[in-house]
Amino acid sequence: MEHLPEMHLQHPATVEEAVKLHAAAPASRYLAGGSDLLVNIRRGIERPDSLVYLNGIAELHTITDGLEQISIGGAVTLRELAESQLLRKPFSAVAQAAGKVAGPSHREYGTLGGNLCLDTRCVFYNQSEWWRAANNYCLKYRGDICHVAPGGKKCFAAFSGDVAPALLLFDAEVELAGPDGRRRIALAALYRNDGMDHLTMTRGELLVAVHVPKIPAPVRTGYAKSRVRGSIDFPLAGVAVRLGLQDEKIADLRIGLTGVSPLPFLVRGLDKFVGRKPDDACLEELREVVRGQAKAMKTTLTPPHYRRRVAGALAQKLAESIF
Amino acid sequence: MAKQHITTTINGEETEYLCEPQETLLDVLRDQVGLTGTKEGCSSGDCGACSVMLDGRLVCSCLVLGVEAEGKTVETIEGMADGDELHPLQQKFLEEAALQCGFCTPGVLIAAKALLDINNDPTETEVRYWLAGNLCRCTGYDKIIRAVMDTAADMRGA
Repeated sequence: MEHLPEMHLQHPATVEEAVKLHAAAPASRYLAGGSDLLVNIRRGIERPDSLVYLNGIAELHTITDGLEQISIGGAVTLRELAESQLLRKPFSAVAQAAGKVAGPSHREYGTLGGNLCLDTRCVFYNQSEWWRAANNYCLKYRGDICHVAPGGKKCFAAFSGDVAPALLLFDAEVELAGPDGRRRIALAALYRNDGMDHLTMTRGELLVAVHVPKIPAPVRTGYAKSRVRGSIDFPLAGVAVRLGLQDEKIADLRIGLTGVSPLPFLVRGLDKFVGRKPDDACLEELREVVRGQAKAMKTTLTPPHYRRRVAGALAQKLAESIF
Repeated sequence: MAKQHITTTINGEETEYLCEPQETLLDVLRDQVGLTGTKEGCSSGDCGACSVMLDGRLVCSCLVLGVEAEGKTVETIEGMADGDELHPLQQKFLEEAALQCGFCTPGVLIAAKALLDINNDPTETEVRYWLAGNLCRCTGYDKIIRAVMDTAADMRGA
C-alpha cells in the first residue's frame, strides 16, 4: 500500500468555516473517520491536495431528541449510533445497521455521514493503483470500459453503506451545508442510480445532520446483511424491514436495500401486501418481490445471483422474526 | 509542508513530536517515537496489526492521522505490561501458545484487552466478532480465542 501523499490539513471549528475552507481549496475533501477516505487516497482513487478535518466541529457530534424528530450529527460515530438509547424501538433497524458495519475498531471511528456518503464499491475499482493499471483501469476512474458490463457505458459499482436503507424506512432527511447555505432534502434524494456519481450533493457540500421523524404507529424494524465473513465486511446484500401489524394483518410494510445497486432504495410495489396475513405464502411472495428488485451485478467476487437470492431470503427471514 | 507540533500522552508519558499532516499515527509511533511494537500490516484497516487505544477507543492507527492524537491519550502494546509483570492476557497467550510468528499479536492483545475492559464475561461468539478485525495467518484463531476466554475466566475469578 502506498504512503499518503503530501496534503494540507485544515481544522475548522464550525460547519460554516469548514465549507469556506473547502471552497478555498477546490481539490480538498472533508475528513471525519477516514476509514474509507484514507484507504482510497492510498489506493490513488482519491487525490485531494488538502483535507478539511471535521472532528473538531461540536455541532456534528450531537444527537438531539426533539419533539417531532431525532437529529443525528454527521460525525456521530457508528458505535455511538449502535449504542444510542434514542434508537431503540421503533428505530432498531438504524442501530442494528450501524452495529453491523465492519469491525469494532472501524465503528469507533467511522461516522454516520461517512457511511451515508460512502463511495460506491466494485471489485474492479477498490484495488491498488498497479492492480487497476494492469487491468486498464475502469469506467469509474481513468478507464473507458466497465469490466462488469463491458458492452455498456454505465457504472454498476454498488453502494455499500449499511445505515442508509434503515434510515430510508423512516423518511429521514439530510441537512447539507454548502457555499450557498444550508438545505434539507429527503435522504432518498441524496442518491442517484449511477455508480460513477451516485451522490446528488454539489461540490463542497457537507452532510451536517440526519433528521429522523418520530413515528406514531407501532411498527417494528430490523436490519440484516449477508457478507463474506459474518463478523465484518461490506454487505453483499443488506436489507432493512419495517413492519406494522393490525389485527394480525400487515398494516405497514417497507423494505430498504443496499449493496445490490449504485444506490440504496426502498422496494417498490409492497402495497399489495397490506391487509394480508404474514403467513408463509405471503412471505414467500414477498421474498420474490425483493429478489426481483435486487439487481446485483458482478461487482463482488460473490456471484450476483447469490446476492439477489440472499436479499430476498433476508427480507423474508427478517419479516418473520420481527414480531 | 509545515510540520505540526503535537503534544500527546503515550502509555502514560507526555510526549511531543513533529509530524506532517499526512503522516499516520502508526508512522509516528514507529518512526518517530520508536515504539515499534505496533505493526504495519495492510495499511487499509483490514488486518488490525496496528491496533492501539486512542482516548480509550480501539482504532487502527494506520487510519488515524498523527495530528489527531493532539491532547489525547494513546495506549500501545509497550504500555500493556506493568514493568516486568505481564498483563494477564500476555501471560495467557504465552502459556497457551496463542501465537506463532507473533506479527499480529500486539494488535490482537490490544483489541482483546479493549473487549475485556468493557465485558469481562464475553461469549465465544462475542470474542470472535470482536477480534474479526485482527487477522492472523498462523494460528487458525482457535488458540487466540481460547486464550482470551481463559483470561476472562481467570480475571473474573481473581
